[in-house]
Amino acid sequence: MNRETIINLLIALGLIAVPLWAIWADEPFIITLATKVAILALAGVGLNIALGLGGLVSFGHAAFFGIGGYAMGILASHAQNYTPMMEWPLLIEGTKSMPVIWLVAVLASALAALLIGVLSLRTSGVYFIMITLAFGQMLYYFAISWPAYGGEDGLSIYVRNGFPGLNTLDPAQFLALCYAVLFVVLFLSSRLAKSAFGLALSGARQNEDRLRTVGIEPFRLRLVAFVISGAVTGLAGALYADLNRFVSPTMFSWHMSGEIMVFVILGGVARLFGPVAGAALFIVMEHLLGGISEYWQVFLGLTLLGVVLFARGGLIGTLAGRKVTHD
Amino acid sequence: MTDPVLVTHDICKSFGALQASRDISLDLRPGEIHALIGPNGAGKSTLIKQIAGGLRPDRGTVQFLGRDVTALDTAARARMGLARTFQISALAMEYTVLQNAVLGALGARGGVFRFFGNVLKDNDLRSAAEAALDRVGLSDQAGTVTGELSHGQRRLLEVAVALTLRPKAFLMDEPMAGLGADGSKRLTGFLDGLRDEAPILLVEHDMDAVFALADRISVLVYGQIIATGTAAEIRENPEVRKAYLGEEDQ
Repeated sequence: MNRETIINLLIALGLIAVPLWAIWADEPFIITLATKVAILALAGVGLNIALGLGGLVSFGHAAFFGIGGYAMGILASHAQNYTPMMEWPLLIEGTKSMPVIWLVAVLASALAALLIGVLSLRTSGVYFIMITLAFGQMLYYFAISWPAYGGEDGLSIYVRNGFPGLNTLDPAQFLALCYAVLFVVLFLSSRLAKSAFGLALSGARQNEDRLRTVGIEPFRLRLVAFVISGAVTGLAGALYADLNRFVSPTMFSWHMSGEIMVFVILGGVARLFGPVAGAALFIVMEHLLGGISEYWQVFLGLTLLGVVLFARGGLIGTLAGRKVTHD
Repeated sequence: MTDPVLVTHDICKSFGALQASRDISLDLRPGEIHALIGPNGAGKSTLIKQIAGGLRPDRGTVQFLGRDVTALDTAARARMGLARTFQISALAMEYTVLQNAVLGALGARGGVFRFFGNVLKDNDLRSAAEAALDRVGLSDQAGTVTGELSHGQRRLLEVAVALTLRPKAFLMDEPMAGLGADGSKRLTGFLDGLRDEAPILLVEHDMDAVFALADRISVLVYGQIIATGTAAEIRENPEVRKAYLGEEDQ
């Protein structure tokens, strides 16, 4: 077992130990924080597929996070108001069932990633960053000016959606559900990184000419990676909306894209547990330093500066040393 | 089969007023090493790019395996079996030597869109990659990160990755560059045996290697082929001596 695996296991243990302690000590707020960490980490795991493996610096992942959120908000608001979403040509009703909402969130954000990817992956570098940012902002302003679903005020969902066999109103059970999703996606993402697709995708990041010379066109690889990445972040958006029981256009804003990117960079780009460590560090800083000063983001900025200047591998990279790619 | 594997017909390419390729016609026949020599700036790299697919000629066609491939991109030509090595090593530097070779084998076999299984445990790919590394003598370095290889070892890895493609023709852009006398000699010996597997279009500055290896030599000066012939013919050609060899061959 190499050092990174041990650190990953320690993070996973910590992630489980803290809420267990919180349940024992009856600290429901800590449980909510842990849930938030898991969901934001999931969004980061999604971005990490595009950014870490593929080298695609997407500054528009809030688009998928928001689409996931609104998938939940729209379906659940129709269900809670007993109004069908569509009556003709076929009757479509809202739903309060998480599995259905997740499926819709994943499909919708994957489709959006496909469209955005087809257009923006023709560019690279700064242009790619700007185009993805532009798509994110387009959706942001669209959400603001769409009165049917709350416009600027967003949508409130009174009761958290249900999952078969679980009482999602119990914070501990909802947390367990979010952890389960996170760990399943982490497992799949670790397989992806080692797969034929992962080898080629990361190869395209390192040297495009090399990929073409062995007969692989990078564009399709990147498009598929972008779609998978967007779908995972979309799933996180649906969970985030359920955590807050509230959706608003801020989920689409570029601040959100930036935050997701910060999780990945803080924790370690292309590291399996990078986004998990990053999201945890971010939330801990937000609450410890946020209690001291409302300008806590100054400290976040300094930390980020430190990571970018002196610890390019992020938290995981600093602790685990160089990435081991061979096994 | 005596049909040439690779043919260019009257290729022209200009960059503004600069004519980098002027009516270049050459061919590569089965079993031969065809060397392309010429002074710096003669347009060798531009020609290689047009043959490999990175650059479209303004006029003229490129034929590979009897098919017009002028409109195909680099990846499509590579899949047909055109294996290129670069003047400046183009490898995935973060990957191990083995991973680079497996990437080549993956490109040759196809099946990039597999998301679950560990690609390094794919026996077909791995044995193809290991066989190629073994042939160039890099087996001991399989676990080394490519960025840590010496310059010469990177050149060998380029050749190994080209081998994994099971190519129908090699396109080698200065494989000897920076190898040193020993390495150059070893690679010369290796390429000598390789021509029976697939013909090589070789761009090379190392004249000892060129004259030792080439069945035919074409001389490119100012975007134009001024002579094509055997090593002896090229040595004797007065135009070539004047334009090129005179300065370099003492």
